[in-house]
Amino acid sequence: MTALNKMLKHKDQIMAILVLLPSLVLIAIFVYGFIFQTGYNSLTDWQGVGEPEDSNFIGLENYKKLFTGLLDIRFRQSLVNTFFFTIFFIVGCLSLGLLFAILLDQGVRFEGFFRLIFLYPMSLSFIVTGTVWNWLLNPVGGINRLPTMFNLESWNFKWIASRTQILQFDWLQLPKFFGIALLLTLVYLSYRYWRREKNVPALATIIVGVVTLVWLLSGGADKIQILKVPETHGFNLAMVGVIIVAIWQMAGYMMAMYLAGIRGVPEELREAARVDGAGELQVYLRVILPILKPITLSAMIVLGHISLKIFDLIYVIAGPDNATTDVPGILMFMTSFRGNQFAKGAAIAMVMLLMVAVIIVPYLVSTLRSEQEL
Amino acid sequence: MTKKRILIYGILIFFVLLFLVPAYMVVITSLKNPLQIDLKTAWNLPHPFHLQGFVEAWEKFRPNIINSISLVIPATIISALLGSLNGYVLAKWKFPASNLIFMLMLFGMFIPYQSILIPLFRFLKDVGLYGNILGLIVAHVVYGLPITTLIFRNYYTEIPTEMIEAGKIDGAGFFSIYTNIIFPISVPGFVVVIIWQFTQIWNEFLFAVTLTSGTKNEPITVALSNLAGGRAVQWNLPMAGAIMAALPTLLVYLFLGRYFIRGLLAGSVKG
Repeated sequence: MTALNKMLKHKDQIMAILVLLPSLVLIAIFVYGFIFQTGYNSLTDWQGVGEPEDSNFIGLENYKKLFTGLLDIRFRQSLVNTFFFTIFFIVGCLSLGLLFAILLDQGVRFEGFFRLIFLYPMSLSFIVTGTVWNWLLNPVGGINRLPTMFNLESWNFKWIASRTQILQFDWLQLPKFFGIALLLTLVYLSYRYWRREKNVPALATIIVGVVTLVWLLSGGADKIQILKVPETHGFNLAMVGVIIVAIWQMAGYMMAMYLAGIRGVPEELREAARVDGAGELQVYLRVILPILKPITLSAMIVLGHISLKIFDLIYVIAGPDNATTDVPGILMFMTSFRGNQFAKGAAIAMVMLLMVAVIIVPYLVSTLRSEQEL
Repeated sequence: MTKKRILIYGILIFFVLLFLVPAYMVVITSLKNPLQIDLKTAWNLPHPFHLQGFVEAWEKFRPNIINSISLVIPATIISALLGSLNGYVLAKWKFPASNLIFMLMLFGMFIPYQSILIPLFRFLKDVGLYGNILGLIVAHVVYGLPITTLIFRNYYTEIPTEMIEAGKIDGAGFFSIYTNIIFPISVPGFVVVIIWQFTQIWNEFLFAVTLTSGTKNEPITVALSNLAGGRAVQWNLPMAGAIMAALPTLLVYLFLGRYFIRGLLAGSVKG
C-alpha cells in the first residue's frame, strides 16, 4: 500500500513538473534566450540589413562608442536625464504617497473617495495621460494659463520646449564622481559594520576606503581620459514637466502601499506608545515610520526600475525624437526600429538591463533567502 | 471641526482638485468645436457642447478599439489560466529548486523589454506573426506569465495544505485536486489576475508600437499616439480618443478598484 502511495505521489509530482514545463521553456527562450541574443547582437556591427549572423564580431566597440564616442553624446545625455528623472520621481512619489497615507489615516470622512481620486491615474495608460498632458504642457496655453482663471499673470515656463540646463557638469569628471560616491558608500558601510561589531568586514571596508581616498587625492581619477574633449551635461529643465506627470500618475500607488503598511500596524502598538506619553506626532515618528522602512525600500526598487525603463510617457508628451528629453528606452527604440542600427540599439538595451538588474537581482535574492528561512 | 481637521481636509481637497485638472481638461476639450479650441480660452467650458468630436473619434478609432479588444481578451484568459496552473504547482507541489526557478521566472517581469525586443521582433517576423494581433497575444501571454504566476502562487500558498492532503487521502491526483479543490476557490485570484492583465495589456505601448506600427492591426494606444503626435490636428479628436481609450480600464477601476489595488500591491510586496 505504501509503495503504491509512493508511486502515485511520484507520478503526481512528475505531472506537476510537466504542467510547469511549457511556461518554463517559454521563459527560458523568450526571456533568457532573447537576452542572450540581444547581448550577442550588441557585440556585432549588424545594421539591420541582412542577417545578424552575417555581421562581424566587433567586441565591445558599440559600448565604447556609446560612452566615449563623439557622435553618441545623445546617449550620455539620456543617461543623465534618467538619473535626474529617477531621483526627483522617487522622492516626489514617496513624499506625496506618504503624505496622502498619513492624512487618510487620521480618520477622515469619505476616505474611499480620496483614495479613488489619488489612485485613478494608475489605471490609465501613459498614452492617454500623455495625450492630455501634452496639451496641458503647451508653453503658451495649458497649465501656464491656469493663473489667468484667477485674474493672475500667466506663467511663462516653457516646459517641454525649455532648452535650459542646470546642474551642469563635465562628463570627464565622471570617474571622480564615481570615486566620491564609492568613498561615501564605503564610509557608510564600515560605520554600519562597526556598529554591529563586525570587525573584519569593517576593517576591510576601511582599507578599501583609504585606497580610494589616496587614489582620489593623488589625482588618479583625473588621469582617466574617457573623452578627448570636455563635454557638458546636466539637468534639462524640459524634464520637469515629465517628472511632474510621472509623479501625478504614480504617487497614488505609493499611497496604497503606505496605507496598507500603516493599517497593518496593530492598534495596541500605537496605544502602548500613547500610554508612554507619546503625542500623535511621536507615535508616527517612533512606531509607524520604522515599520514603513521595508515598504519604502520595496517602493524605491519598484519606482526605480519603472523610471529606468520609462518610455511611453515621454514618447507621447515630448515626442520620440526630442533630444532634450531623451531616455535610453526611447533612444533604443529609435536607434533600432527607426534608424536600423540594431547592434547599437542592442547595446543600449543591454545597458538598460544591467541598470535594472543591479537593483532587481539583490531584491529577488533577498526575497528568496527570507522565504527559505520561513 | 478643530483647526487640525480643517488643515487636513484643506490639503486633501487641494490635491483632489490638482489631480482632477487633467480630467477636467480632457473632458472640456473633447466637447469643443475644433474651430473654437484656442490656447487662450483652453480652460473655459465648451459653449455650446460639440458632440461631433466623439462621432469622428469613434469612426477613426473603432478599428483600433476592436483590435485592442481582440488582443486583450484571449491574452488575458490564456495568461490567467497558465498562471493559475503554474501557481498551483509552485505553491503546492514544490520540488527541489522550485523556489529558485520561481525567482528566475520573476526576473522576467522586471526586465526592460527593450532587452528582448529585437529578437522578439525578428522571431515574430520569421514565423509570420509580425504586424498581427496573434503575435501581440503571444508576447503578452509569455511576458505576463511571471506576474500571473506570482499572484496565483501567493494566493494558493494561503490555502491550508490539509485540504490538499485530504484530497490525496481520498485518492485524488494532481489534476482532480486542481479541478475539485483549488479551481473552485480560485475566483478571487482570477478576478485580481484578470483585472490586472486586462489593464496592463489594454494600456501597453512598447510591444504594440514595435510589432504593429503602420499596419491595420494597431491597438488603440498606438493609434492615439499617432494622432497626438501630429501638430496640425484638431485637438478635440485626440481628447475624445483619449477618453475612449481610458474608459474600459477606468470603469474596471471604478467598479472593481479593490481587486485592482490587490494586483498593484502583488507586484511590489515580496513574493
